Amino acid sequence: MHKEAAIREPLILGHKTYHDITEDVCRPIEDKAPRMWYILFGIALIIGLYGVGCILYLLGTGVGVWGLNKTVGWAWDITNFVWWVGIGHAGTLISAVLLLFRQKWRMAINRSAEAMTIFAVFMAGLFPLIHMGRLWLGYWVLPLPNHFGSLWVNFNSPLLWDVFAISTYLSVSLVFWYIGLIPDFATIRDRAKKPISKKMYSIMSFGWSGRAKHWNRFELVSLVLAGLATPLVFSVHSIVSFDFATSVIPGWHTTIFPPYFVAGAVFSGFAMVQTLLLVMRKAMNLEAYIHTKHVEYMNIVIMVTGSIVGTAYITELFISWYSGVEYEAYAFINRATGPYWWAYWAMMTCNVVSPQLMWFKKLRRSLLFTFIISIVVNIGMWFERYVIIVTSLHRDYLPSSWSMHYPSHIDLGVYVGTIGLFFVFFLLFARYFPVLALNELKTILKSSGESYKNAPDDHHDEPLAPAVKVVEAPKADATDVATEDVEAKNDTNDNNE
Amino acid sequence: MADKVIYAMYDDDHVLKDGAKKLVSKGVKVSEVFSPFPIHGIDPIIGVKNTRLGIMAFLYGLTGLTLATIGMRYFMVQDWPMNIGGKPNFTYMDNILAFIPISFEFTVLCAAHGMAITYFLRNKTLPGMPAQNPDPRTTDDRFVMELRTSENSQFSAEELEAMLKETGIVELDQKDVA
Repeated sequence: MHKEAAIREPLILGHKTYHDITEDVCRPIEDKAPRMWYILFGIALIIGLYGVGCILYLLGTGVGVWGLNKTVGWAWDITNFVWWVGIGHAGTLISAVLLLFRQKWRMAINRSAEAMTIFAVFMAGLFPLIHMGRLWLGYWVLPLPNHFGSLWVNFNSPLLWDVFAISTYLSVSLVFWYIGLIPDFATIRDRAKKPISKKMYSIMSFGWSGRAKHWNRFELVSLVLAGLATPLVFSVHSIVSFDFATSVIPGWHTTIFPPYFVAGAVFSGFAMVQTLLLVMRKAMNLEAYIHTKHVEYMNIVIMVTGSIVGTAYITELFISWYSGVEYEAYAFINRATGPYWWAYWAMMTCNVVSPQLMWFKKLRRSLLFTFIISIVVNIGMWFERYVIIVTSLHRDYLPSSWSMHYPSHIDLGVYVGTIGLFFVFFLLFARYFPVLALNELKTILKSSGESYKNAPDDHHDEPLAPAVKVVEAPKADATDVATEDVEAKNDTNDNNE
Repeated sequence: MADKVIYAMYDDDHVLKDGAKKLVSKGVKVSEVFSPFPIHGIDPIIGVKNTRLGIMAFLYGLTGLTLATIGMRYFMVQDWPMNIGGKPNFTYMDNILAFIPISFEFTVLCAAHGMAITYFLRNKTLPGMPAQNPDPRTTDDRFVMELRTSENSQFSAEELEAMLKETGIVELDQKDVA
């Protein structure tokens, strides 16, 4: 076991044992849901169903019910799509990239962040599908033998790349998430008392028994999936940005888009994680596992990615002037001073100014401040997409076709509806799934848990029975196991240490 | 000959690891360890070989890349060459840049899912499979080491139990297996 620096803040507060971790995570699932859960679930469900109603109306009537016109042919649908995909980037980033970097703090947040990712990508995937108008022909995007007509799908088109990118991302994230969930479902299965829940968790845990060989495979599979998911995260939003960057519209046709979109996605994704986790940790009494230090780490990520986004905005502005292309320059002047100036400045304030406040330690460790900023950032990131899409389109090359975009109530209903559906999914997750990665947290308890961290020096006066007892006895031997051949042979097994 | 399975339960991963080390040095074969989380460093002690799933993932990825390349060459160059914006499309190489994103995505898709399916099949963990851990607490905070008399013919069951008792166990259980 590696020893951590004593001054580093512990990741698990209080005197927890392995059993306490199981208890703390499983109790909310086993107890009756609090009244608040039902209230929130009811609200989310009503909003979600309203959204479904709007979608059905859209499908029955046609895409004309959206506020689109001849000039602005793409507006809220793609804005919402990109917004949700962006939010869906934090989960895999946390579980994959941070796993590769051996960041232990990810273990408290990866499960719920990844659930959020999956639900957000569901919502994102909805928009291109309903935009097809004829949802039931959605399978035409697949490269099927062409007895439908004459052509294959166009493999040169970024829209088709998107089909592959989003479906790969969704299915790989789902598998990654589920493989991690299996041992935790087994824990719940073995504790379950009611026959129905025992049966359900028994099916969901796939008969997991925790054999040494299975854990060996588990760790390698997690590592390789993380290795695969890391470039995947970056590729997905790069490809989403190609939808715009490969076009010839001034304001879209910029090579800076892929890195800028990826940074923006991580930025908004982490903000959404903060919004959800700050509420969840309180509601489910998980303050010992997700505490100020975790929030601070995430705020630092928000600050860094927010600064990258800010730099990208300013670079874009500079290049639009420096390139000497009149159309490009006009697109940007129009963004900042034209009829959509308010959207542009909302985006600038929310995304460029607000993350800079995180330089102050007091602010980035303040939970209330973080919660407010996390919502501000997500509003800002929605405006970013709206600004990029609508302001680049609404003043066409021909002034005679200039126009404005006004969303219809169906636009609004579909968008708000996806937020409702997202919360329906997330609340169900929080109710029935282990929201923290139990088995992973147990692996860091001894290296980063508060009561173990500075043992054996600090614990003399503490009335902590089992936790300290177990750590002391093996201490001497544990170190020589580590120094012998064991670790060298077993690189892949180290990924949690 | 009847086979006896001895389950020794521990309440700490390091105690179990040291116990396993001691037993193995005396020539005892530890047939299985059940734990609520991966015990790092246990595998070489009890003789569990490292998994080769990583190699499989590579091979699945290679398959995906090949399929994507063959597929896109067939669709876009051979079967129905598409003229997009007048750009040359007579050979695969002319258009290769446009094919990179999907080649990459499909490689990842095949590698990830191929590996996940192999993982489930090799573990025999599939929906509805029965759990095989000897005690429900092994998914909470207990660690169980399993010894079999058939694999340790040089020791009697009593000798094995005596050796186990020296390793800091918290519970001992045995079962006859036909």
